[in-house]
Amino acid sequence: MVAHIPEPPSMKQRSSFLLFSTALALIVAGCGKQEAASTGGDTIKIGLAAPLTGTQPHIGLDIKNGTQLGIEELNAQGLEIGGKKVKFELMAEDDEANPAKATTVAQKLVDAKVVAVVGHFNSGCSIPASKVYAEAGIPQISPGSTGVRYTQQGYATTFRVVANDDQQGPAGAAYAINTLKVKNVAIIDDSTAYGQGLAGAFEKSVQAAGVNVLAHEHTTDKDYDFAAILTSIKDKKPDLIFFGGIDTQAGPMLKQIKALDLKTHLMGGDGIQTPALLAQAGDAAEGTVASIPGLPKDKMPGGTVFLNKFKKRFGVEVELFAPMGYDAVFVLAEAMKKANSTEPAKVLAELKKVQFNGVTGPIAFDDKGDLKNGPITINVVKGGKWVPVETINGGATPAPAK
Amino acid sequence: METLLQQLINGIVLGSVYALVALGYTMVYGILGLINFAHGEVVMVGAMVTLAVIKLLAGSGLPLAVQLLIALGVAIPACMALGATIERVAYRPLRNAPRLAPLITAIGVSIVLQYLVVLIWGRGYHPYPELLPTTPIDIAGARISPAQIIIVVFSALMMGALLWLVHHTRLGRAMRATAENPAVARLMGVNVNHVITMTFVIGSGLGAIAGVLVSVNYSVAHYQMGFMLGLKAFTAAVLGGIGNLAGAMVGGLLLGLIEALGSGYVGDLTGGVFGSNYRDVFAFIVLIVVLIFRPSGLLGERVAERA
Repeated sequence: MVAHIPEPPSMKQRSSFLLFSTALALIVAGCGKQEAASTGGDTIKIGLAAPLTGTQPHIGLDIKNGTQLGIEELNAQGLEIGGKKVKFELMAEDDEANPAKATTVAQKLVDAKVVAVVGHFNSGCSIPASKVYAEAGIPQISPGSTGVRYTQQGYATTFRVVANDDQQGPAGAAYAINTLKVKNVAIIDDSTAYGQGLAGAFEKSVQAAGVNVLAHEHTTDKDYDFAAILTSIKDKKPDLIFFGGIDTQAGPMLKQIKALDLKTHLMGGDGIQTPALLAQAGDAAEGTVASIPGLPKDKMPGGTVFLNKFKKRFGVEVELFAPMGYDAVFVLAEAMKKANSTEPAKVLAELKKVQFNGVTGPIAFDDKGDLKNGPITINVVKGGKWVPVETINGGATPAPAK
Repeated sequence: METLLQQLINGIVLGSVYALVALGYTMVYGILGLINFAHGEVVMVGAMVTLAVIKLLAGSGLPLAVQLLIALGVAIPACMALGATIERVAYRPLRNAPRLAPLITAIGVSIVLQYLVVLIWGRGYHPYPELLPTTPIDIAGARISPAQIIIVVFSALMMGALLWLVHHTRLGRAMRATAENPAVARLMGVNVNHVITMTFVIGSGLGAIAGVLVSVNYSVAHYQMGFMLGLKAFTAAVLGGIGNLAGAMVGGLLLGLIEALGSGYVGDLTGGVFGSNYRDVFAFIVLIVVLIFRPSGLLGERVAERA
């Protein structure tokens, strides 16, 4: 007796089934998203845009966690705004550190009717995205963009809770000249808005003080082979190499500097001042200098408490910018309380006048949205750890010694 | 002078890596006429799997060299299996389809592999332990590390071994026959499917080792490291003559040297107008120029006749 073997589905049957199940899956997914938006009329959505994938995912995650912590604590406080109880919800989007993706993400957040956005991280992303937010009247607080152009575009909605590179560059230059006593430097940047901006600010400052800039090389933010550039720089014998870029590249760069027996130190900005750099570069990182906008994590007014809370909640150390994300959320809440409304236009008006003591220090914005009196701290890697060595109070940048 | 020597060394090391990966591309293209975009990702998977095994063995107290051998012993068969699976699942069903279909599929496989790795190992940059000694040695004022020497020597050895395989073994003869004309080869008794699978297997095995060597050299592994590397390696293969094993080696070395010398000297040569961030551009300009004047690459291409 021959068993009846069912005929395999024909080509036509297979493709219609595939089409049907794909359509069904899409409908279900679409429905899922709509449900989340329609529950709770008093849910206030705060958008987060950060590089959750791409070249700096650990920084993006750090910011997301810090912001998340802020939202959870605010919800635990049970705030009442405009007579109604409010619950905050974080809508986190990934901009992949890619300027093109950043504008897409911005549009998505605006369409989802967020009240405000904490983001982006990379200056190269904050700048194009700010146009989208400005046109929608949504306040944007960046937890880490130091590129100067971000607040100079004439938009009313751009804010940042960190100092900018016009302050960071000269601060680093002052340290290089006064403390490290360098007479000639080589500069490398990663061709992004942040890296080029910071390197440019540093270059201008050191040149004004009479230091010789021997070379200004460029790389991209995806490269990790710097042997050719470093060899060319080694030939010129600089006292210091300045790198405008992020830790994911500074790590391999430090290793290659050591391998090539280049006897100079590396200096950079906030992009390299992370535990991830130490993990990546190991003992090649010894002596590296980095400036950061803000006070050292444990010297921040709310620093140690925040660090412990964060570690307890997420099980990992703070990289660098989590406290800024946290403060951004609280500053927004403060503005909402003062405005007694969650309408973006009213919140925006209050944000301009807000004064708030955050974890990172006192926060107030000037007329462009820059942080008033943002301090800058210089850190050096000593004994395998980042050690703060000097804090320069924002606003006043020390004149380089001639 | 020592700067020039250092740049040459940089170029040869970089080029050897490109050559090793290019061998995988050139073999597959020679037999199937397919650009296996997923090859760069197989290289990356090799690096990732090795790192995972090393992490598992971290507390075992075995010497680092033994750990590396065990890790490779896991990673190489894993990548070979991966390569064979990709061929079986993604390319074989499209053997008779128009050329565009397997090309797009290859891109799709590349993306799938990248994000599978993200799901398993995350999106971060993983620091790579010093599996091979990286303390540099001084040679006439230039510096090279033992790891880099191993890369160069190993690439040369592998090319030699592959050439021997292709010209002096039965499998090699079958591969050459299939590369020349698969239909006739089949008529002559060659198991074409087996030959194609072996091509992928060998290429992937080499790719796994290349991945480990690259990650040790730069001390970092990342889910996107395969993409640019694969693209450059494929360019190197085309430069030397696609389908041609010796061509892959020549193309790889040449590309590495052009990149190193180009990004090292262009800033000075153009007075800062073009900086070292144009290094990728030089490589591709050279490719365009070579293909204009010598379309089949430097050493001539060898692709299957598709009547």
